[in-house]
Parts: sequence; C-alpha cells; structure tokens
Amino acid sequence: MSLLDDFIVRAVLAGLGLVLAAAPLGCFVVWRRMAYFGDATAHAALLGVALALAFNISIFVGVLSVALIMAVTVSALSGRGFAMDTILGVMAHSSLAFGLVAVSFVPGVRVDLMAYLFGDILAVGRSDLVVIWLGAALVVGLLYWRWSALLTATLNPDLAYASGISPKREQMILSLALALVVAVAIKVVGTLLIAAMLLIPAASARTFSRTPERMAAIAMVIGVLSVLGGIQSAFTFDTPTGPTIVCVAALLFVAANLVRLLRAQVK
Amino acid sequence: MSLVSVDTISLHLGGRQVLDQVSLNIEPGEIVTIVGPNGSGKSTLLRVIIGALSPKIGKITRKKGLKIGYVPQKLHIDPTLPLTVRRFLSLPKRVSDEAAHAALHDAGAGHLCHHQMTSLSGGQFQRVLLARALLTDPDLLILDEATQGLDQPGSADFYSQIERLRREKGCAVLMVSHELHVVMAASDRVICLNGHVCCHGAPEHVASAPEYRALFGTGTHGALALYRHDHDHDACDHDHSHDTAHKESA
Repeated sequence: MSLLDDFIVRAVLAGLGLVLAAAPLGCFVVWRRMAYFGDATAHAALLGVALALAFNISIFVGVLSVALIMAVTVSALSGRGFAMDTILGVMAHSSLAFGLVAVSFVPGVRVDLMAYLFGDILAVGRSDLVVIWLGAALVVGLLYWRWSALLTATLNPDLAYASGISPKREQMILSLALALVVAVAIKVVGTLLIAAMLLIPAASARTFSRTPERMAAIAMVIGVLSVLGGIQSAFTFDTPTGPTIVCVAALLFVAANLVRLLRAQVK
Repeated sequence: MSLVSVDTISLHLGGRQVLDQVSLNIEPGEIVTIVGPNGSGKSTLLRVIIGALSPKIGKITRKKGLKIGYVPQKLHIDPTLPLTVRRFLSLPKRVSDEAAHAALHDAGAGHLCHHQMTSLSGGQFQRVLLARALLTDPDLLILDEATQGLDQPGSADFYSQIERLRREKGCAVLMVSHELHVVMAASDRVICLNGHVCCHGAPEHVASAPEYRALFGTGTHGALALYRHDHDHDACDHDHSHDTAHKESA
C-alpha cells in the first residue's frame, strides 16, 4: 500500500471516487433541471462544516445532516405557494450566511475556511479516501438500483404513478444521493464548486448521447478526464487543484460543443 | 369484480372543488368514455384513478395487481434527456426487441424505433405513447385525449386499434375525448362529467339526456344520429325514458 503514501495518488483516487458518483447523478440534475438545487445543497454544506467544527463531530456527518435537512425542507416547502427557485435562493444563501457567521464563533477556523470553500484535495488522507469511496459506492449503488424508476419519474410523474412508481419517493432518493455527493465532495473541490462537478460532465456528455445510460457513461469518462487533467495541470502550473479540475471540465465542455457544431456543419 | 371502483370522491385543487361526489366502476373489457366541458374534472379524475392524486374524501379501490396502461394528454420530454423510442418503450420495465417492434408496428409507428423522442411529431408521439402503454399488457388502458394531434385517418386508426385490442386482449378502456361523435360510436358507456357525474349510461341514453344537451347542445346529438342511425332509429327520440334511468344512476 506504499502507493497510497503519495499524496498525488490519494488526490487522484479521491477525485475519481467523486466523479464516478457525481457524473451519473449529475445527469439527473440536468434532466430534472435541479442545477440550482445542487448549488443550494452545496452552499448549505458550509453550515454543516461550521456545526461539525463547533460540536467536534466529523465534517462528513455534519455536512451530510445539513444537506439532508435542506433537501427534505425544500421538498416539503415546494408547491406551497413559493416558486422553487425562491425557496432554494432563500435556503441556500441564508444557510451559507449562517454558516459563515457560525464559523466565526469557532476559534482558529477562520484561516481554514478557504479549504472548505475550495476543497483541499492534496490533503486527502487515507480515512478520507475510505469515506469518499464508501459514499460514492453508496450513491452509484442507489442510482443503479433505482435507475429505471428514477428515469420514469424524471420523464413524467403521471407515467410513473400509472406504473406503480412513487415520484415522491424517487425524488427523496435523489435528494439523499445529492446530500451524499456533497458531503463526499467537500474535501475534493469544496462547497463552491460541487455543482460544477455535477453539471459540467453531464452537460458535455449530452452532445454524444442517444440514450440516458450512454449519457451517464460518457459523463463518467469526461469526469475522469477532468480529474486526471486537472491534477496534472495544477501540478504543472502550480494552481489550486480543485478549481483547476473544474477548469479542465469546462474546457472539455467547450470542446464537446465545438465537435457538435463541426459535425453539424459536415452533415 | 370491478377493475377500478371509485366511491363518492370529492377533491379540491387550489381552493376550487374539482370533483364532487364522483362514483364510477370500470368492469373488465368495457370501453368507457368521459365527456365534459373544459375544467369539468376529466383529467383530474383520470389522475385520481392512476394514483397521482389522493382524494381526502371518498374511496378508490383497484383490483389487486391491476396493470394500467396510461397515455397522457401531452408529455414534455426535456431536450437534455436523450431518449430513443426503443429505450422509451422499455421504461420502466425492459421489453424484448420483438415485443417492442410488434407494439410499434401495431401502433403504426414501426419505422420510428431508433428515432429520438424529441424529434417526433405530435401524431407520431401519440402513437409511440400508445405502443408503450400496450406493452405492459394492461388490464385497463387509460387515454387522456389521446388522439389530440392526430390527423383524421390517424385518429380513426387509433380508435379501430383500441377496438381490436379490447377484442383480442380483453382490456378495459377508460378515455377522455372531445371527439364526441367518434366517442359515442366507439364506447359501451359514456359518463358525462361536470364536477359531478351529470349522467351516465349507454351512448344513446346519454346523448339524449337533458343534462348532456345542456352542456353540449343538440348538435352533437345529430352527429351521433348520423353515426348510429343504421343500428338504432330511436336514438334521436329518447327524451322520455332517460329521467328514471338517470335517477337510478345519480
């Protein structure tokens, strides 16, 4: 296991664990137009960090709990006279603000805040790796198990009901998966960039896909390329690793769309 | 035993009473059509039956293991979701290629198998929706204005296919439609809905009921007579007998 002693190897493994879960989940985020939901959950994560530090519990548990509470609250509030984006905006930014304020009460944390906002993938330890891969495996397992039902509910809630599937239950499963991914990602890319890792690989994959499964698979490949390319570039150019990974993903997105435009020209 | 039994349900949506003490039964193998003006609760009633809405007042019982094939009024597929017709047919349960091809062929959409759902025209889309609904081998097929967007021959095909399905597979059909003359000719039973059940019974009976005429006028009745006159010369002149029948049903 001497390989794991190398922080670069640990960083790569952490990044891969994250994207393998985030890419297929990101497809649902794109299809269901939940981009802002992912963003809101990620912002709320900072409150989780603050609470975890204050009560001296694991960051993962703190973030997961807050993200779950956020997801359940949003689901409960939606359809009660507020537009979804209003609820999400209120929840996201107030929890971010409360998180920032709460962190200021915890002595000695202020300096570390950057690490939670942008992640610190090079500082990933062995126990972090275990948490990341367990969380990712859980998300992939959930999605694999519920795939058909999730897809039907995404397509149309009434079609799902007619087939005996409860769209509300599937929505909860997605929220749970989202909370898990956010909790896993906080160490890798930080709260501000989690939504990017959900959205960008999935959005890039859309161009090359004719079926949902293919889109999820291609999103995974693009995610993996972003992590490998990002860590390599961060090393070469001495840039912050998390943001560099997102930059590479964004460049791949642009490249994917250029390819699409060129193909359309040729046809 | 009835496939679905709706027992005096009432439902409020957004502060408005949409359904008022509605009762109905669907028996195996029958074709039942719900007619009614816009906003009369037709689609809402269908959504109650598929389980998308749960009324607080009243009761709905479905036969154990009831399989429902549902064709919604319209289905928006987000352009970000890549989906071929073939893949769509396998949602939520995987179906074999032979079954998929046969269903598409039956629905007159055999050549569309590898097309993207978002590239289909309105009429093609409806045919694919019907094919998918039939693949589950349903006990009850629920159609919510399913011929919307179909051209005249397409619509005629659609109804003759439904007739054939009922004959071959014995599935019951519950549909909402605005094409009154076709509906009247194709149904065993018609339910006229306007929040509450105004009247129901055989097409001839409903068409001559004053409640129905109050909603739709007598023009459609003429169309019905045109369609039915070979079979039933009394269809136009039923004004005396319906009252008692209606009281029984109400």
